[in-house]
Amino acid sequence: MQDILLIKYGELALKGDNRSFFENKLIKNIKHALSDFKEVKVEKTHGRIYVECDGDIEEVIERLKKIFGIVGITRAKKIGLNLEEIYEAAIELMREYQGKTFKVETKRPNKSFPYDSMEVSRRVGAAVLKNVKGLKVDVHNPDVLLNVEIREMAFVYAGVIEGAKGLPLGTNGKATVLLSGGIDSPVAAWMMMKRGVEINAVYFHSPPYTSERAKDKVVDLCKVLSQYGQSIKLHVVYFTDLQLEIYEKCPAKFTTIIMRRMMMKIAEKIAQKNGSMALITGESLGQVASQTIESLYVTNASVSMPIFRPLIGMDKTEIIDLAQKISTFEISIRPYEDCCTIFVPKHPATKPKLEKVIEAEQKMEYQKYIDDFEEEVIEV
Amino acid sequence: MEVYLDNSATTRVRSEVIEKIVEVLDKQYGNPSSLHMKGYEAEKLMSEARENVSKLINGDNEGIIFTSGGTESNNLALIGVAESLRKKGNHIISSKIEHPSVLNVLKHLEENGFDVTYLDVDKTGKIDLEDFKGAITDKTIFVSIMAVNNEIGTIEPIDEIADIADEKDIVFHVDAIQAAGKINIDVKKQKIKMVSLSSHKIHGPKGVGALYVDKSVRIRPIIFGGGQEKNLRSGTENLPGIVGFGIASKLAKENFNDNINKLMNLKRKLYQGIVSEIKDIHLNGPDIEGGAPHILNISFAGVRGEVLLHALEEKGIYVSTGSACSSKKKGQSHVLKAIGLKEDLIESAIRFSFGIFNTEEEIDYTISVLKEKVNFLRKYKRR
Repeated sequence: MQDILLIKYGELALKGDNRSFFENKLIKNIKHALSDFKEVKVEKTHGRIYVECDGDIEEVIERLKKIFGIVGITRAKKIGLNLEEIYEAAIELMREYQGKTFKVETKRPNKSFPYDSMEVSRRVGAAVLKNVKGLKVDVHNPDVLLNVEIREMAFVYAGVIEGAKGLPLGTNGKATVLLSGGIDSPVAAWMMMKRGVEINAVYFHSPPYTSERAKDKVVDLCKVLSQYGQSIKLHVVYFTDLQLEIYEKCPAKFTTIIMRRMMMKIAEKIAQKNGSMALITGESLGQVASQTIESLYVTNASVSMPIFRPLIGMDKTEIIDLAQKISTFEISIRPYEDCCTIFVPKHPATKPKLEKVIEAEQKMEYQKYIDDFEEEVIEV
Repeated sequence: MEVYLDNSATTRVRSEVIEKIVEVLDKQYGNPSSLHMKGYEAEKLMSEARENVSKLINGDNEGIIFTSGGTESNNLALIGVAESLRKKGNHIISSKIEHPSVLNVLKHLEENGFDVTYLDVDKTGKIDLEDFKGAITDKTIFVSIMAVNNEIGTIEPIDEIADIADEKDIVFHVDAIQAAGKINIDVKKQKIKMVSLSSHKIHGPKGVGALYVDKSVRIRPIIFGGGQEKNLRSGTENLPGIVGFGIASKLAKENFNDNINKLMNLKRKLYQGIVSEIKDIHLNGPDIEGGAPHILNISFAGVRGEVLLHALEEKGIYVSTGSACSSKKKGQSHVLKAIGLKEDLIESAIRFSFGIFNTEEEIDYTISVLKEKVNFLRKYKRR
């Protein structure tokens, strides 16, 4: 008897001619995620993906749950073509569902098997009821579907573990996320990864106003994001000089918005170098002064690349829930925020006008900071 | 250049100490409780260390109980005495500027039926003896006051407190974690009943400390087990750490006068340099000559302490702050608040703490870097 996992993928089946591209990418991502398991085989047969595994199946499931494009994961057993083995496999799988209702469904493409599908279902159901306490049959609306397939081998599988859904990572190009170390931006990155976008990241570091520990936080956030299927190239941009330049040359009320425009410009450069076709931010409409519709308009106008803001319509509590779900929250709330408020004006403009902001930022020579910035690249 | 000026946080271990620790780890790995030769040798090393540590405070060897460090020593002292004297009374006196390993134990005792009076301090961090006398009631069982404050270096009047406590039959516990090797502690002369000590503040290893308990004081254990350390601190002894602590104590005792002269010179030099090179600075705590020789706390008005800390770090200079600015008020130093320092000066406070490895050259370098960084950072204020 061998443990296998059946991978269900939904949306990508709709993608017509591209179907095999998506499937192959998904298989590649699964293989990558399980590359340190020696005993794992990933196969595509009968229009599905199977993962065969002799090792720590729970750990394999945990990893699979983080792979985008997987809708559900079903535990299955691959066995010889005889009823005794089928019973044994069915009983083992159903032990997890004590107290639930179930129904057996059998498919029998292999017509040489001596019992027909109705008969197999009936016998397997009886064996399970006899051996697993607390189960009930419900043929109309069962909690758990117990499937038996009779092919060149027999397969028994039951239940579905929810997958991460979305599209396989790498099927939707690349984008560059501006990570701050706060709660929002890693969630935004994750949401775009879920849509198949491969990401790289930029963090703006301003020593001595921000500490090494604040930078570590961002590295740790990237580590969590990398568990969703890709290594992440993190660009740590040394930003202090430009920040001081903004402080010295620009009016206080515009310093934050100008800073954001400069960040976008630098991020766009990095994005172009990395083959990204969009920027990603964690902005949510109205959350702070720099995220009013007027401010976003002004920030947006600093670059020509599209800026994805997947959190734009979300409430803070919804963002926090997601951050907790994807395990970035605990890192984001570590108390090493920007350790200085001197660059945050007491009265920032909440409705800045683009012409005024551009006029203000012309007072400094920012281009040299954008063409030539100091950075450290960390592969996470 | 690397300049470590955070010796009140912890110190670099002396090479003599390291050598001995390695030797013990490698060769004297026996358990002091074992009956065979290996155990006997280990026990001998323990008693040698006990003697070295007790000499540092002129106590009896039998009074030393080895612990896992200063925090455990303070916990054992406070909880151990409170529980054993509960029948006699439930009132404890301490101060507002004690270390968290005292204050949080007191909070725990308050939750368990004890009353605690926290004495105020003046702007130099010193308690008032009249306040102390006034706080004593017939329920007062013990008093716990630190000898040297860890943030601003105030030396508390422990001789006088001891006299008063002795007269009123109140057990006096001294947290001497910052004081050992820096000011004279003599339990016999000063009539101190209990003293907390820590190894890593005097160039010994981390994870080891001691509580000195006078034979007249009965305390109860807070850790239970195999009955080591006269049943007051069960658990197999951390022999390498204890031996290291012993050597560090011995060296601290032998070089006591040279060390304090050296530390005081460094402190004076840094202070004078800062005063003559940088405007708008504020000395927090006692005056230079009146404080502990190794602690200097200064606010640089208009500069966030944490930002200055990181700016100094870029130049290899390591110091501490009076507050972590990320966590706002919650992170502010309770000591700086207790001496009445204004919020903006608390936020700009830096603690420099000296050790025997520091040199005058390092201080010159620190002064010049400070001048440059403070002047630079002062240009940028929140608008």
